Amino acid sequence: MEFFFDWFRVLYDETGINLPFLYDSYDRNRMVNGFLTTIWLSLVCLFFSVIIGVIGAWLQGSSFKWTRRIVNGYIQIFRNTPPLVQLYFFYFAIGTLLPKVENDWGGQSPLLGSFAWAAISLSFFAGAFNVEIFRSGIEAVPKSTVEAAEALGFSKLMIYRDITLPLAFRVVLPALNNNLVNLVKTTTLAYAIAVPEMLYEANQIWSDNVNVTEMMIFLLLAYFALVGVLVSGMNRWERAMKIPGYG
Amino acid sequence: MSWSPSEPMVSIKDVHKSFGDLKVLNGVSLDVMKGDVICIIGPSGSGKSTLIRCVNALNDIQQGSILVEGQEVNDLHLNKLELRKKVGMVFQQYNLFPHKTALQNVMMAPVRVLKHDKVEAEATARALLKKVRLEGKEAAFPGELSGGQQQRVAIARSLAMQPDVMLFDEVTAALDPETVGEVLQTIKDLAEDGMTCILVTHEMGFAREIADHVYFTDRGVIVEHGPPETFFKDAKDPRTREFLSQIL
Ligand SMILES: Nc1ncnc2c1ncn2[C@@H]1O[C@H](COP(=O)(O)OP(=O)(O)O)[C@@H](O)[C@H]1O
Ligand SMILES: [Mg+2]
Repeated sequence: MEFFFDWFRVLYDETGINLPFLYDSYDRNRMVNGFLTTIWLSLVCLFFSVIIGVIGAWLQGSSFKWTRRIVNGYIQIFRNTPPLVQLYFFYFAIGTLLPKVENDWGGQSPLLGSFAWAAISLSFFAGAFNVEIFRSGIEAVPKSTVEAAEALGFSKLMIYRDITLPLAFRVVLPALNNNLVNLVKTTTLAYAIAVPEMLYEANQIWSDNVNVTEMMIFLLLAYFALVGVLVSGMNRWERAMKIPGYG
Repeated sequence: MSWSPSEPMVSIKDVHKSFGDLKVLNGVSLDVMKGDVICIIGPSGSGKSTLIRCVNALNDIQQGSILVEGQEVNDLHLNKLELRKKVGMVFQQYNLFPHKTALQNVMMAPVRVLKHDKVEAEATARALLKKVRLEGKEAAFPGELSGGQQQRVAIARSLAMQPDVMLFDEVTAALDPETVGEVLQTIKDLAEDGMTCILVTHEMGFAREIADHVYFTDRGVIVEHGPPETFFKDAKDPRTREFLSQIL
């Protein structure tokens, strides 16, 4: 392994191509942490945005006018404003309103750190799209199938959980796939509130080493690989969910 | 709520139903005793589906009364679950759950709705699939089955809830002619076992064979009714005669 890393030091000496996050253990740590933070932030947001989508689509089917209005308002706000502005809003506007807590060193820290705010903000952002995506899938489920479940005594919640949602899910997987890819790409916005994700750490490295070109190429390839893994995973899932003899 | 088997299991009295301005049921009354098989026939659009869908509250009614084992269906505080435990329904388009296997389709309601034990529910479901002659198809998805097979799964799925009365809405109308027989046979078996059945059907031969009583509806009213022997031989109303002459 050391040999491998040293090779990049030689590469730098010989050609001027500078990849310190490979040969330098300090920068390597930064890059690994950045990479892991990006993955963790992506996973957290993927999870919560899908949960928001599932619950939001359920609430949109509510018989209470105000429940539907609130969900629609939420969707409009998060769809029609820039995600960076949303992030700043959460971090600077709401974040500063929250009480501070005492930290381990006796000082005062914000209740929620930048990572938490990024996770919340991006989950709501992607969640708004997910609500609409699930809604469209639910509308594609034949009313007669739902009626059959009603006739068997299923409650509304059971119908949603056992019939409508699983069927809707299969219909919307391509659209969901798309939105989740967008979400992973949008995690780079967390850079703006100093979440130490991949872009942020890369920025640290190029500031120290003045190797902007190399870092940019690396970032492009790293995100390409990351999203590639997500897409192939989703495609595999899509195939696994296929029902024999259906659609 | 106290109901005894000497009273009608389903008692429909002066039921009126409209969709917006469209009057679909115009004062329909009929009684079904326990173990009875009744057939409702009539031209398309005459309100047959609407009528039987009112019995298990898939449609609500504006006026009149429907009692199922003494439970009033036309009630704002209707306990739908109680009603639907008593009334099973089979639809023209089968309406199976496409993402579940035949076995899962049959097991699902007992496990989810009645909270039956999974192992027991599975055993019951397998027995029911056997009863509708679908042994060996337990693991098949609806999309892999013929129309007739799907419809028999749908019947088994309804029976799994152990209903006291079964509603059949033109359950053979969407089937290929060669699979109609197997579904009719399944219903016949059921009727012979003493199941109370309300059937909407266009199969006159079948109605004549299995019905205790036949009702002819047109434009939301019952025009004529009687036991099949007399009903099919000497119908009195000209509308009934015309309908029968067209269909027979
Ligand atoms: N959900 C509905 N909304 C509006 N009109 C309906 C609805 N269901 C049925 N109808 C109308 O009610 C009439 C009777 O329909 P239906 O009961 O299905 O007749 P049948 O089963 O005898 O063919 C038809 O004119 C039909 O268009
Ligand atoms: Mg009909």
